[in-house]
Amino acid sequence: MKALLGIFGFVIFAPLAGGILCGLDRIVTARMQGRYGPPVLQSFYDVLKLFQKQNLVVNRFHGYFLFCFLIFLIISGSILYAGDDFLMVVFALTVADMFLVMAAYSTNSPYSFIGAQRELLQMLAVEPMLLITGIGFYLAAGSFDIGHIVSVGKPLIFKMPGIFFGLVYVLTIKIRKSPFDLSTSHHAHQEIVKGLTTEFAGPTLALVEIAHWYETILMLSFVFLFFASQPVVGILLAILIYFIEIIIDNTNARVKWQFTLKSSWIVTLLFGGINLFILYILK
Amino acid sequence: MNLIMFLILFPLIPAIIIRLIPSERVRTSTVLISVAIIAVASIFLAFSSLQSGCQYFKLPFKNAGTLITVAEIVLAVTFLFFCRRLPFRKMWIPVIIFIQYIPVQYFELSGKVPVPVNYLILDNLSIIMALLIGIIGGLITVYTVGYMPRYHKEHPEYKDRTSAFISTIFLFFFAMFGIVFSNSLSWIYFFWEVTTLCSFIMIGYSRTDEAVDNSFRALWMLLLGGMGFSVTIVYCSLNKSIGTIELSQITAMTNPMVMFPVVLLCFAGMNKAAQFPFSQWLLGAMVAPTPSSALLHSSTMVKAGVYLCIRCAPVLHNTSSGTTIALIGGITFVVASAIAASLSHGKKVLAYSTIANLGLIILCAGVGSSLAIWAALMLIIFHAVAKALMFLCVGTVDQQTGSLDIEKMRGLISTMPQLTLMILIGIAGMFLAPFGMLISKWAVLEALAEKNPFLILTVVFGGALMMFFWGKWMGTLVAVTGKHMNKEKYTGIYEWAALYSLTILTIGTCVLFPLTAVYFIHPYIMTIYPGFIGDPLFHHDNIIMVLIMLGFAIFLPLGFLVHWEKLHYSVPDLGGANVHDPERFMGSMGESREWHLGNYYLNDIFNEQKLLLPANIVTLLIISIMIIAVII
Repeated sequence: MKALLGIFGFVIFAPLAGGILCGLDRIVTARMQGRYGPPVLQSFYDVLKLFQKQNLVVNRFHGYFLFCFLIFLIISGSILYAGDDFLMVVFALTVADMFLVMAAYSTNSPYSFIGAQRELLQMLAVEPMLLITGIGFYLAAGSFDIGHIVSVGKPLIFKMPGIFFGLVYVLTIKIRKSPFDLSTSHHAHQEIVKGLTTEFAGPTLALVEIAHWYETILMLSFVFLFFASQPVVGILLAILIYFIEIIIDNTNARVKWQFTLKSSWIVTLLFGGINLFILYILK
Repeated sequence: MNLIMFLILFPLIPAIIIRLIPSERVRTSTVLISVAIIAVASIFLAFSSLQSGCQYFKLPFKNAGTLITVAEIVLAVTFLFFCRRLPFRKMWIPVIIFIQYIPVQYFELSGKVPVPVNYLILDNLSIIMALLIGIIGGLITVYTVGYMPRYHKEHPEYKDRTSAFISTIFLFFFAMFGIVFSNSLSWIYFFWEVTTLCSFIMIGYSRTDEAVDNSFRALWMLLLGGMGFSVTIVYCSLNKSIGTIELSQITAMTNPMVMFPVVLLCFAGMNKAAQFPFSQWLLGAMVAPTPSSALLHSSTMVKAGVYLCIRCAPVLHNTSSGTTIALIGGITFVVASAIAASLSHGKKVLAYSTIANLGLIILCAGVGSSLAIWAALMLIIFHAVAKALMFLCVGTVDQQTGSLDIEKMRGLISTMPQLTLMILIGIAGMFLAPFGMLISKWAVLEALAEKNPFLILTVVFGGALMMFFWGKWMGTLVAVTGKHMNKEKYTGIYEWAALYSLTILTIGTCVLFPLTAVYFIHPYIMTIYPGFIGDPLFHHDNIIMVLIMLGFAIFLPLGFLVHWEKLHYSVPDLGGANVHDPERFMGSMGESREWHLGNYYLNDIFNEQKLLLPANIVTLLIISIMIIAVII
């Protein structure tokens, strides 16, 4: 019952919270750049408008690939909010991402294609750290079950600061913020047009937007797990981390994929790996 | 026991018939009938003995022991016969044969080898292996019947020796069933060397210089593994505190002396499973016709290696030797995946991914806990089915398009929809949740969580690399490049039969995995760890979660069949440089030019030349240190 409630809550409220966060993001970014910025609800207006547009496609498959992407993203989050196995959340997230990549591949467009390649590289850069986070939770909390992880008395951050840092590092990649917004970005135009999403328009693009809201909330939920015993502090800190990401986004230029891959693997090995060893020895 | 003897000996009959009667019609019907008999027999064996635990059998008939000894000598002479034309600088190959056969034969003939009581074994592990050999091996053989005539039409320069090839496949079945049902080390050793012989014949099939070179490389590398057996047999005969060559007794001992033979057996197993530093023979096997690659890679040959390591796993559990073996598996997993990420040759990618997956299984065997063995067995099953499917699909694509390059498979979904779908199912089974391999990887991570974090790091990074190269391949296939001619219709009935059956099996093993776990794997683990009461990983919630995901993963793609309305078609954006043909763009000089796409291969980071040598040196060092440490 509790699990069903969690899933229900995630499916309904995650896009709302995600949309509002994205709206706040745009305001904060605008203020940093000396602009006024759009209203908070602008993301929702955008998506509603996209749904009313004509569905311009290159072939009849890529839209459905994106639909599968959204569904598996929701499944991934549902597993998390149902309190199930952390590793499975990461695996479902990989499946979701794979559908996104296949959507871009299927358009057979040069810009989408490069975007898809970069998305795969980003997944390659991120996945080890996400799984190490799961192992870290196991060593610190004694279980992979998220239901168990959140019920541990002391915040887990004290046992796994290195892993936390590593996760925040790859979080920038995952929520598509500069300097790691290689595959596609929220800026109007990057060096590969809109990358991955170049060929998506109208209702199809709206799916990507909604998926992004879910993605953002899912990622911030990972952050929250480190502070789960103090829910209020946890939520505030997750928002703080998102704010820091916005600052990083606005103060850094996009880097090459080589740097993205190498740096995130080095961070994963150094911070994540060493933290794991320490947890293992202390156990 | 009669059924076991039947499974071992029956494949020799078609092997002889096919070798002696050159008619194609006789060959085809013999293959179909024999394959059906073998498959039915192995299924029947599974049903009749699944719940009866571990059974041992004494000598099947009076002179069987002598017969095997004679056959061993014949085999050694055959090896020497094949080496007769080697140039002088390769004369060390026959030397390996002498070194390993003379001591063993001396011991056997002089009666110094302890006589085993139980020559044969039948438990769930042998049953799982027998099913894989009987069913998947059988399907590969059916495929071969359709494949070989086409292969020779394409390569008129090679001599048609199809009957020799197919009869070798049946000889292979004989050897494989022999390995999985034998309990006496000297018998396993004999069958082991027969598989070496078969792979030698198959790899050298086309008799080109490259094929002959590769076949001899396979020969010496695999013979080196056989050396592990011969030393083990001699050691077990000399060491009075062991005093047996029964595998089941050796792996049940707590005597510290037993570590040395077990490590040597694992050495032989890792050698057969193409772990670093012995990976090169499997790569060389790529020159052979596709069915033999499928046979060597997926269901039989290499699985014999991991089978042996899993048999040794209870002894390895919580020992430093076990951790070292796991380490070699882990290094192999991550390095082979990295190399696969940098290659675009379809068969080579499959080969390296096989090596990587076997590395993961070896890692599990080295860890040896109940959950690790659980994961290893699941991996064996899923990998055998999905990899066989992949190889046969890629072989068919190669025959129709003449290329194994993954880049050239762009848009294959338009030209070969059915085959592409099968490849996609195969790939999804390899790395995506909630399909087979991912279930196993999940179990591996859970099994390793309390172990040395280094092993986890290899699994985590190797898994990410694996996702990268499979992802590229999947994406390349689904690119929609426009209307093209359907090239599938030239594929024959036998190929389709094998491919469809394997596809159904791939999906079936994924959907039915809880049943596989309960009926096949749990009883086996209970025989080695009596306290085992089902898997902690699979409590109620997790099973439901996986099944829900499976439902989505299987039924959601059906939506691709729906023709959505209200779509407005356009062409890909080319930054304003479009011309009327979407495959071309307007160049800077005002002329229309074709554009090309190519995947990333990260060659400056993960490069075969760069990675192979260090990996080989490191693993060789680790193996040497492990063996020396055990001796001391």
